[in-house]
Amino acid sequence: MKNAVSKLLVIIPAFNEEGAIQTVIREVHAAVPGAPVLVIDDCSIDETKQRAIEAGAQVLPLPHHLGLGGCVQAGYKLAYELGFDYVVRVDGDGQHNPADIPRLLEVLKKNNCQMVIGSRYAEGGGEYSSVPRGLGIRLFRAVLRPILGKAVHDPTSGFVAVNREALKVFSHSFPLEYPEIEALVVLQRKRFRFEEVECIFRDRMAGQSTITPLKSFRYMIYVLLGVLVNILRFEARKRAVS
Amino acid sequence: MERLIYLVNIVSFLLLVIVILSLRRQRIRPEYSVAWLGACAALFLFSSWPGPTLWLQNLLGLPDRPLALMLIVFAVFMAVFYRFTVRISDLKDSNIALAQRVAILEYHIHSLDEKVKANSR
Repeated sequence: MKNAVSKLLVIIPAFNEEGAIQTVIREVHAAVPGAPVLVIDDCSIDETKQRAIEAGAQVLPLPHHLGLGGCVQAGYKLAYELGFDYVVRVDGDGQHNPADIPRLLEVLKKNNCQMVIGSRYAEGGGEYSSVPRGLGIRLFRAVLRPILGKAVHDPTSGFVAVNREALKVFSHSFPLEYPEIEALVVLQRKRFRFEEVECIFRDRMAGQSTITPLKSFRYMIYVLLGVLVNILRFEARKRAVS
Repeated sequence: MERLIYLVNIVSFLLLVIVILSLRRQRIRPEYSVAWLGACAALFLFSSWPGPTLWLQNLLGLPDRPLALMLIVFAVFMAVFYRFTVRISDLKDSNIALAQRVAILEYHIHSLDEKVKANSR
């Protein structure tokens, strides 16, 4: 997959995204020509895998459903093993605009940081899609601020670019259930830096979100617990999936 | 309250029999049966022999011996649950790591296969 000119891999974790996956892949190809695209198929029961191949992506098919964290980490592991220097994660539902990838990469390369987050709310901008979501994001910001030592405006964004240093860490230790927020704490433990780049997210291109009020509540509880665990975790005893 | 002791005695004995039968039918693995066998045997002994429960009753100032026995039951099963929670967590991590490795190996095999096909054309 990797060649001399392509140090960048774009990964797309996907679960039942047959409606949007081809458009997302084509947009990625248009935004970063020549960069390989890897769709990590989290055991979809629809045509996601076939449609991704038809659109010119490589596919990493997981043998059973691992959830978002396990799915993304599989992509990070393969990218690390194949020697990629930069990996950008784009969601398979079309909410992230691949046209923003070059800007994320530019900041990642210039600012000497290990991760760049495509942020809906950078510098206080952007609108919350719902009141509970807005409250949740504000809560996570407040919790993360003292832990990270700097403000993070969009801690739940999955539109991220990482360099090889972060890739090495994530390929060994990556949160499995709800990864975005906990991943920031994992980076902080390594004294890594992150930056945010303002991006405009779009509506889902197809399908329906599986997020319900109950799941959102569970998400908040699990994430807060996960953050606490990551802070308290002993390096030698960590439950890393490696 | 004495009935509670008889109940624990009978239940622990039945549980012991069920675990042994499950072992014979290979429905549970021997290494995972140890915690259950130990717990059942301990509860059976404590409910049959009043010494330890009386000692615990006096130590904690409990009003009844059955209450001391229930405390032991609770402690024993909490220990068993904790042990299996740790085990399940380990197994889940191993399972995820294995699934990821299988997927990556499958990817490499597919890539090699493609190269071989391209070279043979």
